[in-house]
Amino acid sequence: MKKDFLKNFESILDEEPNFKLEMNSKFRDLDEWDSLTALSLIVMLDEKYNVKLSGDQIKVFETLEDIFNIL
Amino acid sequence: MAFIHSIDFYLPNNELSNQDLTRQFPEWNVEKISAKTGIKKRFIADEHEFASDMAIKAANKLFEKTKFDKSKIDFLIYCTQSPDYLLPTTACIIQDRLNLNKIGAFDFNLGCSGYIYGLSIAKGFISSGIANNILFITSETYSKYINEKDKSNRTIFGDAASATIITKEKGLCKIGNFELGSDGSGSENLIVKSSGVKGSKLYNELEKTDEFGNIHSDKDLYMNGPEIFNFTGTFVPNLIHSFLLKVNVEFDDVDFFVFHQANKFMLDYLRKKTKIPKEKFILELEDYGNTVSSTIPIALCKIVEKGKVNSGKKVLVAGFGVGFSWGASILDF
Repeated sequence: MKKDFLKNFESILDEEPNFKLEMNSKFRDLDEWDSLTALSLIVMLDEKYNVKLSGDQIKVFETLEDIFNIL
Repeated sequence: MAFIHSIDFYLPNNELSNQDLTRQFPEWNVEKISAKTGIKKRFIADEHEFASDMAIKAANKLFEKTKFDKSKIDFLIYCTQSPDYLLPTTACIIQDRLNLNKIGAFDFNLGCSGYIYGLSIAKGFISSGIANNILFITSETYSKYINEKDKSNRTIFGDAASATIITKEKGLCKIGNFELGSDGSGSENLIVKSSGVKGSKLYNELEKTDEFGNIHSDKDLYMNGPEIFNFTGTFVPNLIHSFLLKVNVEFDDVDFFVFHQANKFMLDYLRKKTKIPKEKFILELEDYGNTVSSTIPIALCKIVEKGKVNSGKKVLVAGFGVGFSWGASILDF
């Protein structure tokens, strides 16, 4: 499940991430992290997990684990 | 009955391309901007060009194109969130500068839903006999609210004005019924906080960096992209289906859907969620960006110009955003 999640997360990125994605990776440290990537993340979670990620959650979450925990 | 007689629009001179943006924000990638937002360029008003100037240019362009007799206009409605002053209402200034008769004129303050609301007001005035030939103008210069260092908003928004003549007599299309609504619990998600009588007292003007690296102060336009995205993603598909049920129009009988042109990424998502076939869904933002209340009239103007719509076609128009506020209507061509 975690492995799939990491793969799904990586699928929203257009480029190779600038570090290896682990559950404790901080998504904001990604070079590619911006408002457009956030929208891709929302769509991916909606389509793959049927989960709604709110703007407030994006603000306070830090790691991929934080996102994974709401699935 | 009320009809849209004609529509035209005006864009300011300064083009801001994706290349221009990536020069200032090297981490921003030209292809990514085009692919995701669907926007290649937007136009920005000069320092000394204001929404009222653009409104006048759009109206004059329309009068020139249609040869519509200005003296027949008996009401002016102006939609803007970039008024010249808090008071007087900018519509009075526009009435004078356009040399219109001393007709009724007022502003109303709405953004992305503004065009739909304007059509509903105009239809109401015409149906009740208050007016026969209404000039309805939308004009916005969000660029003046956006911080130079706010990459996201500078990418999305463009300035523009539109002018529409709405008449009692037959025209381009008949204006149908409406569904209008609002939910102010979302008001803080798209806002210029330090503005207006209350806001300018409440907020400070220090610049902050948000969670996406955009820099802005409370004096600047703030948009919570993810929240707006979530709101529209759940709300708009329901709005379309409940509206069609209310007006008793079959989903398949709609020939074209013209949504507020927010950005391509959001529009694609909404299209899929609403299950609208690609060929019926209008995307007209590549050369303008999100021009707030002018996106729908610009798109209507373009599909008419391109010969996409002709007599007998049904077009569903829907606007949604800042407020939150929304509206939908159906136009019979």
